[in-house]
Amino acid sequence: MRKSWWKILTILLLLYVVVGGLLFEVPRLVILNETIRALYFHVPMWFGMILMLGVSVAYSILYLLRSGKVYDDFAIEFANVGVIFGILGILTGMLWAQFTWGDWWSGDPKQNGAAIGLLIYFAYFILRGSLDNDEQRARISAVYNIFAFFALIPLLFILPRLTDSLHPGNGGNPGFNAYDLDSRLRMVFYPAVIGWIMLGVWIATLRVRIRKLEQIID
Amino acid sequence: MSGVINFIKKEVLLEWRQRYAINGILLYLVSTIFICYLSFNVKANQLNPVTWNALFWIILLFTAINAVAKSFIQEKEGKFLYYYWLIKPQELIVARICYNAVLMLVLAFMGFVMYSLVLGNPIHDPFLFIVNLLMAAVSFSSALTMISAIASKANNNQTLMAILGFPVILPMLLMIIKISKNALDGIERSASYNEMLTLLAINLIVGAVSYLLFPYLWRS
Repeated sequence: MRKSWWKILTILLLLYVVVGGLLFEVPRLVILNETIRALYFHVPMWFGMILMLGVSVAYSILYLLRSGKVYDDFAIEFANVGVIFGILGILTGMLWAQFTWGDWWSGDPKQNGAAIGLLIYFAYFILRGSLDNDEQRARISAVYNIFAFFALIPLLFILPRLTDSLHPGNGGNPGFNAYDLDSRLRMVFYPAVIGWIMLGVWIATLRVRIRKLEQIID
Repeated sequence: MSGVINFIKKEVLLEWRQRYAINGILLYLVSTIFICYLSFNVKANQLNPVTWNALFWIILLFTAINAVAKSFIQEKEGKFLYYYWLIKPQELIVARICYNAVLMLVLAFMGFVMYSLVLGNPIHDPFLFIVNLLMAAVSFSSALTMISAIASKANNNQTLMAILGFPVILPMLLMIIKISKNALDGIERSASYNEMLTLLAINLIVGAVSYLLFPYLWRS
């Protein structure tokens, strides 16, 4: 019980987010209308993805420095969850874009960046699959993970700022910042970010435990 | 430092002695350009600049992947062991990046000459285009050399080289294509400074990460 308090908290937070996110009063804005609720589901996915991939890279670095099998398990599983978050982020974003921009895919720099980012991690999984030796797989994929992450950062943070984008928060569009986030939105948004991230950590730790059990059985 | 220079000298000498490798890549480049020319079936200078630009860089990208791939992939196991005694891993990766940059530069210029010969030359600012070509050669080499080292450790490495390389090279390629488009349109040079700076920054990051990570890759 003492160890699982945060899991219970995750469930409570996400229940609150789903119920509150769909039912609470939101600001009425033109074009956005009810799609503003995507804030509770779409935006936390990206926060979650960046964090999960960051943790994955941190474990890859730890692996290279100390080379323990468990670091590799953490690295791959956090990358897995990060990619799931990324896919959900793209899907929720496309849904939102369909109702506000009028197209599922309109070639926005942020959409393209997200898609390229996912390609990098799919390549990471393929690389892992093509190596047979355990130790070699862990080491080489750790190297690629770090390399790809640093090649990804400019893509996600610099490129969208260089070109015009319709995405909220870019090119003068109102978006996520301290000035135009309504306090009613904040009441659900912050719990949503924390809740989704905790869910991600939960999934990753569960999968690491499954890996450990599999290794014991083998 | 002298190790790096000696290694580059050795690479160039080896390349010169067995010219079939570099000739192969050159032929690859020329054939691709010729195929594009015949497929579009246009007279010179009739291609719209956007298409001209995109096509040129895609051809160069594929040539780069093939040219750089051979720097680690096509090498025999024994040779690695030999290098291992001879040279520090950091020196090896720096030397390889420099050597590949030179190789890419040669290929890019040859490709450019051939390409503009058959498909026309709509460039309004040749100086910017040449500078961009130079930066592109360095970028391709800095990103792909490390990828080639990674791919050489795995099995089906030609495919792997491409799929690992594409997403990593894309941010650079986008910058390069943008600068190149500015050169085509003859837009004021100051309009491209931002992109050039970003390209340099990405190059620095990728170069530094390669330098730091290569010893770990090397250790097997």
